[in-house]
Formats: sequence, structure tokens, C-alpha cells
Amino acid sequence: MADNKFDAIVIGSGISGGWAAKELTQKGLKVLMLERGRNIEHIKDYVNASKELWEFPHRGNKTQKLIDQYSPVKRDKPSNEITNDFWVKDKECPYNEIKPFSWWRGYQVGGRSLTWGRHCYRWNKWDFEANLKESIAIDWPLRYDDLAPWYAYVERFIGIQGSREGLEVLPDGEYLPAIEMNVAEKYIAAGIKSHYQGTRHMFIGRTANITQPRPEQGRVNCQYRNRCERGCPFGAYFSTQSATLPAALATGNLTLRPFSIVRRILYDKDRQRASGVEILDAESNKTYQYTSKIIFVNASAFNSAWILMNSATDIWPGGLGSSSGELGCNVMDHHSLVGASGIIEGFEDKYEYGRRPTGIYVPRFRNIYNDRRDYIRGFGYQGAASRQGWSRKISELSIGAGFKEDLTEPGNWAIGLTGFGEMLPYHENRITLNKDKKDEWGLPILNIDVEMKENEKKMRTDMMEDAKEMLEAAGLKNVSVFDRGYQPGMGIHEMGTARMGRDPRKSVLNGNNQVWDAKNVFVTDGACMTSASCVNPSLSYMALTARAADFAVKELKKGNL
Amino acid sequence: MERRDLLKMIAMLTGSVVIGSEFLLSGCKNSESSNNRIFSNKDIAFLDEVAETILPATTSPGAKEAAVGAFIGVMVNDCYTEKDQQIFHEGLKTLEIACKKEFNKGFLQANSEQRTKLLIGLDKEAKEYQKTKKKDDPTHYFTMIKQLTLFGFFTSKPGSTQALRHISVPGKYDGSFPYQKGDRAWAE
Repeated sequence: MADNKFDAIVIGSGISGGWAAKELTQKGLKVLMLERGRNIEHIKDYVNASKELWEFPHRGNKTQKLIDQYSPVKRDKPSNEITNDFWVKDKECPYNEIKPFSWWRGYQVGGRSLTWGRHCYRWNKWDFEANLKESIAIDWPLRYDDLAPWYAYVERFIGIQGSREGLEVLPDGEYLPAIEMNVAEKYIAAGIKSHYQGTRHMFIGRTANITQPRPEQGRVNCQYRNRCERGCPFGAYFSTQSATLPAALATGNLTLRPFSIVRRILYDKDRQRASGVEILDAESNKTYQYTSKIIFVNASAFNSAWILMNSATDIWPGGLGSSSGELGCNVMDHHSLVGASGIIEGFEDKYEYGRRPTGIYVPRFRNIYNDRRDYIRGFGYQGAASRQGWSRKISELSIGAGFKEDLTEPGNWAIGLTGFGEMLPYHENRITLNKDKKDEWGLPILNIDVEMKENEKKMRTDMMEDAKEMLEAAGLKNVSVFDRGYQPGMGIHEMGTARMGRDPRKSVLNGNNQVWDAKNVFVTDGACMTSASCVNPSLSYMALTARAADFAVKELKKGNL
Repeated sequence: MERRDLLKMIAMLTGSVVIGSEFLLSGCKNSESSNNRIFSNKDIAFLDEVAETILPATTSPGAKEAAVGAFIGVMVNDCYTEKDQQIFHEGLKTLEIACKKEFNKGFLQANSEQRTKLLIGLDKEAKEYQKTKKKDDPTHYFTMIKQLTLFGFFTSKPGSTQALRHISVPGKYDGSFPYQKGDRAWAE
């Protein structure tokens, strides 16, 4: 095989790209995985993983210099002194905000699988049916039962700790032993269950942290350091580096090429198929072409759409997959940063040992069964209870020895609940190519034009008030609500820019994630989503990727691609 | 995606008065950057003594042993906006003048009772000011000093490991761990 010729090319090495590479290589295909950023070697390159807070000059704070580099998204904050190497500096990779949008990108091998929140929830059957029943956008071309075996398949490999709850609204998966709720959370969970007579639930957040060792994957079980976002030297949370990449490399079928910015997908109009990709080497600025039989586009929702928009423009001015008029449209995120918090009386003789890499989860309870609100869809909560630390009394009137001694002991138990709400797909919430502004490689930047509308705004009132009511129902005092001002993108769950559907006139992809206009091109990251549900999306991206890879290889063998 | 670490949690539960966690949450509000105000060794020694008065050595080390003065210098230089830097530097002068006015000698010359008395007065003044100030009014300089002192101390190695407890690799989780009054809190 010539060194520029592969069976498959995977664009992107994040959570879905890693899965595409693993599945395709394990099925015997020679795969080239392209990543626009630098390489991050598992463990070796997690340079901050084992540092203590006092080893950082600013103890984790952002300096003015850092804020300036990350402008314009200085308004929110997954990046800080400890994690900023895993986040793109906006000054280096600009975009144009038509309305405020925080676009958090991870340009490195592993992408945002290094920094993700790790919560893994299956969608429920209603999530796949809601668009059709409520006449919103278009119907999903698949149903829960189509994806369920693939959820199970990826869950088994990822390793997810969690409890089985038997709830229709949040179907159980295949889990490792759950990390426990702490004593205060158990108390609140029991209070909620009793007050709402079993219609609302709180249990441990299901996360991709392994609670049993997996020597076959070279992974050690979680050590309860809660330093996941720095990269885990134990490989205890799922990432491309800890799990899918080593599996793909072990086949001997994978070539990984960092610093490879895909400029366009090459399209053969006679065959109506893609023939390969053209890349720009981010270091040398040289152009290279690679050919393949199939292409998986996993560059993250906006960049996957960007690649399509830049491809085959001689045939479709809007790019490959634009014939429906939906490419780049229907941007969704999960709206958040709203909820309530309160102080829990009692349990002074209990504390926590260890730092848990998860919190609690409250699944959706609005607009299901007989509940009806003045908006559609719903939201879930994440949060955690813990005893308050030294910062609780900064504003108190005191200094000196007694003050100090007081602060060396833990305070009351307290809990916060933060809502994550479903955002509907609106055609006009979209990204487009900016023809005037180019980045440092001479490539057009994106315009981002996304906003929340009435349905989301109404839902946010419930997200705040329901949290308060539930905490008060559980017996908490001093419950206060908060809304810290969400702007689209802050959920870091951007999706929907190349949606799946049943009709090529209304969707970019079919039910197997194939681009309608080029059947050997598969888009299986957040771009493919037809609606958003309210649960964290990565597990669904992974399941959809494994399903599409299986389909792709079968089709390839049949000679259909 | 999960971005809810403990510090954020603490800040959320205690409101936004905490400058330490305010940095952690949102950085500074202004992108103007300038590090041209330098702290002299004398300034650092002065800050050490102020910090030590707020968090003195007890059965565990105090702020001075944790080098909080130097840390405050780094934070003000690198993380404060130019405007806040100015308020901070002016504040150090104001503090010294207040001390001379009350005790007829500078802070470094004052004895520990006098230092404590002065700072209790400033703490009260700052709290009153913070309560009544308008949203866009600057933070009181003593609030800055106090917040940086607490943050600097409890995140330092002596603060984390001797005043508080810290285990780098806990290895397990127990959500119902026995606690007795007097047991130290976990760092971070």
C-alpha cells in the first residue's frame, strides 16, 4: 500500500474519532487518523497530573496574560493555569461571534476526551420520538432500540461506574460498581424520593471512571484524586489515550498523524464518492493528499461542518452535504449554570475521605408521564454535597488565632444542584463560513450565530425553582437560587450542524450517518444530532460511531461504497 | 461536561464575596494587562507581617512561614487588573498611614496587640464598605489583602499539609467518614 493510500481516514482524534479508529482498525482496515493539533502521549505528556496546588505559581488562577490569550471567551472558565494547555487559545484560532458563543476547543490528540466531564447517560425512547410527536424540526431516523445494543457495546469497553435504577427516563446501562453518594446526599435523595412519592430521583452520577482495575487495557482503577482534567496517570477515566487509541494501535493498522489540518474532502463527481482528503501540515505549512475508500468525519460538531462546507464547492457552493440547506444549521447546546444551593443541618460527625470524580444526578422529571409545563422537553441536575472549606468565612468579621483555628476545621454540609436543559434545534441557529476573515493558515473562520429562545428561557425558571423546591422538600435551610448567565456554548455540548434524517431534502446525513451526497463519508460526532436530549451527549456519539463503523465495513465488503 | 470542582462549589455556596475563588471562577474582569508595579523586598516583608496578623502561627505554621507575602505579590502582579493593582498599592500606604495615626509608629514597628487592633478596625471598615458599595465600585484594599492571605495560606504547602490535611493519592472514597470536632479539614 502506498504511504498516502488507506482503507479509511478518520478526521479527528477526540472521543468519537478514537472510537472510529478503534472499530475500523479492529475490523482489519488500514486507517489514517488525522489530528490538527499536537500529539499528547498517554501519561508522559500529562505534565500537571501529579503536581500539588502549591506547585503552581498562581495556585491555578488565571493570569491577565492567560485571560488575554483566551479572549474573547474569558467570560467562562474551563481553562485555568492547570488545564490551559488542553484548550485552544482563541487569539490563535479566532472565530466570529454574531451572537455571544463560547466555543471551547481541544486541538490535540485526544481532543476534549482529555478534559470531558465523563458523565455517561443513555438517551431514553422518548428522546428519539419527541421531534416527530411535537412536530419539531425533523424526525430521528433511528429509535432507542436501534442504538441500545451499541450503548451496551461501548459501555462495556469504556468502563462506567454507576447504579442501576430501573427508570424509563434514564435507561440503565452496563456498569462497574458505583461510587457511593455521601451521607448528606443519601439523606437528600431519601427526602426527595419520599416527598415526590418516587417520581423524582437522585443517585450517583454515572461517569467513565473505572472502579475496578483493567489490566488488559493497562488501566488502574480510580484513586480518588479528582484530577481527571489534567490527564490521569492511572488511566482511570476513559479518553482516547487511555482506551481507544491503544486498542487501535495494537492492531498494527493505525497511522496517527498530528499537526494535520484537513482543508477539504476530495470528491469524485463521477463516482459520487469522496476519494480522500487534502491536509495542511500545521508545522511545515505544506499540502498533502491522502486517499481512502471511506472517511469518518469526527472533527467536533463545528469543525466537521466546516470541513464539509469547504469540500466539493465546485459542485455545491455551500459544500459537501449542503444540498439540503441544513449544513451548519440547527446548532444546539445544553443550557445550564442555573439552579439552587443550600445548607444541610446535621451529620457533623461525618466527613468524606477521598476526592470523588463524580457527583449526583437527578434525571428529568418534567413533561414526562402526566407532567405538562408551558414549555416542551426537560432538564436534569448535576451537583454534589460536601462540607464547606476555609473560604466559607472570608467575609466574616474576624482575624487572628481563633479565626485561623476555626477555619482549619470543616464547616457545614452544603449542596448545589445545577440544571442542564435541552435546547431545541432551530434552523436559524447556525454557523457559516466567514469569507472575509482568515486564520493564520489562510483558512476561512466561522461565523457563529446561536441564541436561546422562548422554550429554553421558560425552562430555566423551572430549573431554578424546582431545585429550590426539592432541596427545601428534603429539609434544607437557607436554600438560595442562582442563575449565572448562560450563553450558548458554555455547556460545551455544541451539536446538530449536520443532522441525521430520513429525507435528503431535510437532512445532511441518513440513518447510518452517511452524507446523503457522498455515501462513503460518515459524520458521527456531535454534528449528526437531530435533537439534543438533556443528558450529556458523549456516550451517544460513541454508540453512534461504533454503529456506523460496523455498517460502513459491512457496506464496504458488499462493494456498496 | 463536568466542570464543577470543589473550589467552585465552595465559591458557589458562599456567594461571590470570595476573591480567591472569584479568580478561580472568572479570572479578573478586565483584560488590561500590566505588570509594571513592582513589590520591593520591603513590601513583601510588610505583607508577610500583615498576613501573619490575620493568620498567625498557632499549633500550626502561620502566614509568614507559608511565604504568603511573596505569593500576594505574585498574584497582584500577574492576576490583578491595572486598576486593582493601583488600589492595592495605594492600600498598603493607607494601612501604614492609619497605623502611624493610631499608634504613632509604622506597622512593622507596632507590637502584635497594636497590629491586631488596627487590622480588626480595617476589617470592620472593609466589611461595611463592601456591604454598601455599588456593583462597579472597586473592592476595598483590605478585603483584597484578607482574601489573598486566606487563599495564599490555605493553598500553600504548610497551610495544606499542617494547618489542613492533604493526601495526594487517597486511593479510596468513603462518603461517611468518621469526624470528631477538632479534626482538621481536607485541603482543596
